[in-house]
Amino acid sequence: MSAIRVRKVWVEYGAQIVLEKLHLDIAAGDFVAIVGPSGCGKTTFLRLLLGQERPTRGALLLDGEAMPNEPDADRGIVFQRYSVFPHLTVLGNVLLGSELQGAPLLARLFGARRRERIAAARALLEEVGLGEHLHKYPSQLSGGMQQRLALAQALITRPKVLLLDEPFGALDPGIRAEIHVVLKRLWKETGVTIVMVTHDLREAFSLATRVVVFDRYRKRKEERTRYGATITQNIEVRKRDTGASLDAQNQLGRDDPATGERLGRDDLASAQQ
Amino acid sequence: MRRVMNVAPGRGSRWLLALLPFVLIALAYNFASAQRHAANPDDKVLPTASAMVDAMQRATQPDRRSGERVFWSDTAISLKRLGLGLAISIVIGLVLGMLIGLLPVAGATLSPLMAVVSMIPPMAILPILFIAFGLDELSKVVLIVIGVAPCLVRDLALKIGQLPSEQLIKAQTLGASTWQVMLRVALPQAMPRLIESLRLMLGPAFLFLISAEAISADAGLGYRIFLVRRYLAMDTILPYVAWITLLAFVADLLLVQLSRRAFPWAHLERRA
Ligand SMILES: Nc1ncnc2c1ncn2[C@@H]1O[C@H](COP(=O)(O)OP(=O)(O)O)[C@@H](O)[C@H]1O
Ligand SMILES: [Mg+2]
Repeated sequence: MSAIRVRKVWVEYGAQIVLEKLHLDIAAGDFVAIVGPSGCGKTTFLRLLLGQERPTRGALLLDGEAMPNEPDADRGIVFQRYSVFPHLTVLGNVLLGSELQGAPLLARLFGARRRERIAAARALLEEVGLGEHLHKYPSQLSGGMQQRLALAQALITRPKVLLLDEPFGALDPGIRAEIHVVLKRLWKETGVTIVMVTHDLREAFSLATRVVVFDRYRKRKEERTRYGATITQNIEVRKRDTGASLDAQNQLGRDDPATGERLGRDDLASAQQ
Repeated sequence: MRRVMNVAPGRGSRWLLALLPFVLIALAYNFASAQRHAANPDDKVLPTASAMVDAMQRATQPDRRSGERVFWSDTAISLKRLGLGLAISIVIGLVLGMLIGLLPVAGATLSPLMAVVSMIPPMAILPILFIAFGLDELSKVVLIVIGVAPCLVRDLALKIGQLPSEQLIKAQTLGASTWQVMLRVALPQAMPRLIESLRLMLGPAFLFLISAEAISADAGLGYRIFLVRRYLAMDTILPYVAWITLLAFVADLLLVQLSRRAFPWAHLERRA
């Protein structure tokens, strides 16, 4: 459970300004959903949080300390694809984190420690509905199962922050609903801070405690590279502990087709795809 | 009438079809050999099957002077050279391939070098090897290594460089060090590719072996072939060639089986 502070962050690639004046506080245990049109820098923002990218200006803090400048075990991630290792079984994938962190030289555990970690991995896999598939390889799993595996793999080592980059974007709606339940339960149990990029507003509002909208204020063609996207809306949807919505007004994004209108920006509808 | 491109042989006929060309070649050879022997009973160019069997029997019997079974000692020493050369190449391929593929600094330093080195025609530097490493075992093994290792290095570096960056980042978020990423992510995924490239390099490896043995050796399959060539002993040369081919063929089969057993995940049908 960790807090993230983003302080006046700018990201530029050469002459192109991708993100500007980002200012955001994420409380420990929050579940933040980031929405916005394609190409506005959502993935770039996650790369900042991951330490893969450094801000051109500004600072990012994790629990008050500067964000480490390379990925580490504090910040887990699930991508839309390629999040699990094709050469490891389901069990092997979930075991990997413990092996890496428990055995610096061989990256393998033996004896009692291994049995103990296997038991923990099995329990978590049971929870995400993969208890029957321990010895399959990822290519033998459906897309939804692969993403549930990726969640289990990322969470078993108890990262402080979990980053999700459109993790369910490639899944069918039914499967998505299933995996939402799993994700929500894991989040509650572990208390991990989650930052999730999504194209799906309904997903954002039904899962997150806070929905953050990335967009550009200036979007004429000639202004595109000179002005980056920033946070145009920052909506607290519900309190973390209760899980209940803040008020009726915010109970949007579940069944309400008018979500886009309420946010008052036409372009958001395009983000919904 | 179905299009020919849609007609696939069944299981049994697949075997028959596979055997057919071999049978035809054998028949054609026997026919030509019989023709030549009809014209000249002492013909040496296309020896009869029985002459080849005789020659092989002689070669597998203990030699009168040295007591050696020439055929088997030739095989043993050639396989030893080949095995040693390939083993060293594999180690070099894996170590350098992983370094170049995974570490940008190593890649920047070594990959241009490898690109150049892999273009050196190994046979052209054989004289240098003979001068530098002498005429015995070492220079033959080194020739195989020089011919095979750079290709393995490049192929493995390419494969490892193509690992999705998501995987490498994912491993780091699970706490992996550079060494651990090599050990648990890059190496296992490079292995099936290593076996693939080894299969492709078997041919060149035999080429280098036979060439080195032909030029300077006192035993070995290549040495024997080039030795008996002086007496036009086709009855020895042909079985030796068939034997070398069989060895390479079996090695290839074994590699395929090894890959299927050891890395089943690499042979699964990909989901769409
Ligand atoms: N490494 C890079 N070099 C140059 N431009 C980049 C790089 N990565 C991303 N961009 C640009 O940054 C912008 C934001 O990209 P991205 O964060 O992937 O958007 P999103 O995830 O919101 O769709 C895009 O215009 C993209 O072209
Ligand atoms: Mg993106």
